Amino acid sequence: MSNINDLYNQVLRDHRNYPRNKGLIEGYRSLHAKNPSCGDDVTVQIDIKDGIIKDVRHDGTGCAICCSSASAMSEVLIGKTIEEANSIIKDFYELIKGTLPTDEDRLGDAIVFVNIHNFPPRIKCATLSWRAADTLLNTDETGEKDV
Amino acid sequence: MKEILNIKNDFPVLVNNKDLVYLDSGATSLKPYCVLNKMDEYYTKYGVNVNRGVYDLSYQATDEYEKTREVVAEFLNCDSREVVYTKGASNGLNMLALSIGYNMINEGDEIITSELEHHSSFLPWQQIAKNKNATIKFVPLNDEGRITVENFLKVLSNKTKVVCLTHASNVMGYVTPIKEIIKEAHKVGAIVIVDGAQSVPHIKVDVKELDCDFLAFSAHKMLGPTGFGLVYGKYNILSKIKPVEYGGDMIEEVYKDSSIYKEAPYCFETGTPPIAEAIGFSEAIKYLNNIGFDKIESHVKDLTDYCLDKLSTIEGITIYNKTTDVGIITFNINNVHPHDASAILNEDLICVRAGHHCAKLITSWLGVNSTLRACLYIYNTHEDVDKFVESIKRCVEYFKEW
Ligand SMILES: Cc1ncc(COP(=O)(O)O)c(C=O)c1O
Repeated sequence: MSNINDLYNQVLRDHRNYPRNKGLIEGYRSLHAKNPSCGDDVTVQIDIKDGIIKDVRHDGTGCAICCSSASAMSEVLIGKTIEEANSIIKDFYELIKGTLPTDEDRLGDAIVFVNIHNFPPRIKCATLSWRAADTLLNTDETGEKDV
Repeated sequence: MKEILNIKNDFPVLVNNKDLVYLDSGATSLKPYCVLNKMDEYYTKYGVNVNRGVYDLSYQATDEYEKTREVVAEFLNCDSREVVYTKGASNGLNMLALSIGYNMINEGDEIITSELEHHSSFLPWQQIAKNKNATIKFVPLNDEGRITVENFLKVLSNKTKVVCLTHASNVMGYVTPIKEIIKEAHKVGAIVIVDGAQSVPHIKVDVKELDCDFLAFSAHKMLGPTGFGLVYGKYNILSKIKPVEYGGDMIEEVYKDSSIYKEAPYCFETGTPPIAEAIGFSEAIKYLNNIGFDKIESHVKDLTDYCLDKLSTIEGITIYNKTTDVGIITFNINNVHPHDASAILNEDLICVRAGHHCAKLITSWLGVNSTLRACLYIYNTHEDVDKFVESIKRCVEYFKEW
């Protein structure tokens, strides 16, 4: 039986209360992603130079899962190549199904979402910002998107 | 504590989930055994198509299917020719907007709506207004968030062609003074469409007394099956508006260059309908009538008052509609997103809705992104409320440190 504390742990709480890389920067490519069914609403920005992710920013409103996931994501993606970032995002998509990646460290604090598969209604909250980053990295899309 | 109604055992979902506290009846109500048995009976004893075969079983199916029209007509106090079968409130409201909107609305006409509307009441008219260059007017809500007759008069004019308003808000639980509004609207010749999705399950609705032109509602919010609903239409208008869906069953004659349609209400019903659902719904009405709406109202009011009393002693929550009329309580735990709160409630087996409840205009009016909503209905008890309140307290405590 999954316990609520598996979901709302210290790491998550820290990211929710002290979000890293929060606030948007003008000029960055950005994507506004929403989950219309619950009102989670996050904008993700990625700044890439010479194939390296120089900066990731996020801002928005949503539940603790959604906000802390965006914060944790921004931390792990900064400094990575696009290829590395894509592979980390893939790991995250596996993680939320409950599968730990071979290299757990690569996911940084995002590893705390390993229990989210026990709370199926919340998976969308955890993945919202990651899907936005995925779209920014791999398509020309910017602006609005319902995820 | 003494319950006005004690009927949990009539509802299989509650029998099969003994500890469940179901407070999401605004989304859909639970269904009693009698409704399910009636549907089963159709499928197992005479489960064939309606209006088509000339054999005995088809006759029986058609007969049972049409009986619901009589039951609904008696329930609403109208003629059975004024009862149109739909797929639900959304379907009915869309059908009315398409038919009336495209055939009777012209440039410059005004349509009155409100911020209390469910999206299915508002969006079809937003679309019509765009297409027809008509204007949408919003009844200004009063400080409490209610539609008042006084404010309605501020937007009513000789240009008003249609008034489409909710009878009971699915977020605030307020009952609109619709009878007085209808009276005023008729003075300028406007057609009034009433969204009864949340009112018909809770209060006695008599269409003659209200004098509304149309009323739409869903079976599934009043103990009936999903996928079925009703539109009441005053016959002198219903018989004049045009169908919006064409196909089998709704025609009298078909020629290569034109066709003749059946009379209302049958011209609005095409394709094989949800037959079991229509038949099952008659049992839902019988069940509600057996209890009686006086009792339903007093039971829900008793529980709502009890719940509001208890909630108001908890520090750290905001209730948005302390004067709710139909058992709907909308609130937030301060600084806690509704989805985080519902994780705790869910763990305590309490079912509430979290989100914008398909009514974004009123959530914006409240100045929030989303809320929690607890709905009390006939099968709820004081014990349910106690468990709910305890869980809310736990939630406040849990996230206090956050
Ligand atoms: C006030 C109101 N109107 C219309 C609807 C739409 O009903 P349905 O989803 O059954 O079509 C609802 C249901 O949520 C409602 O609460």
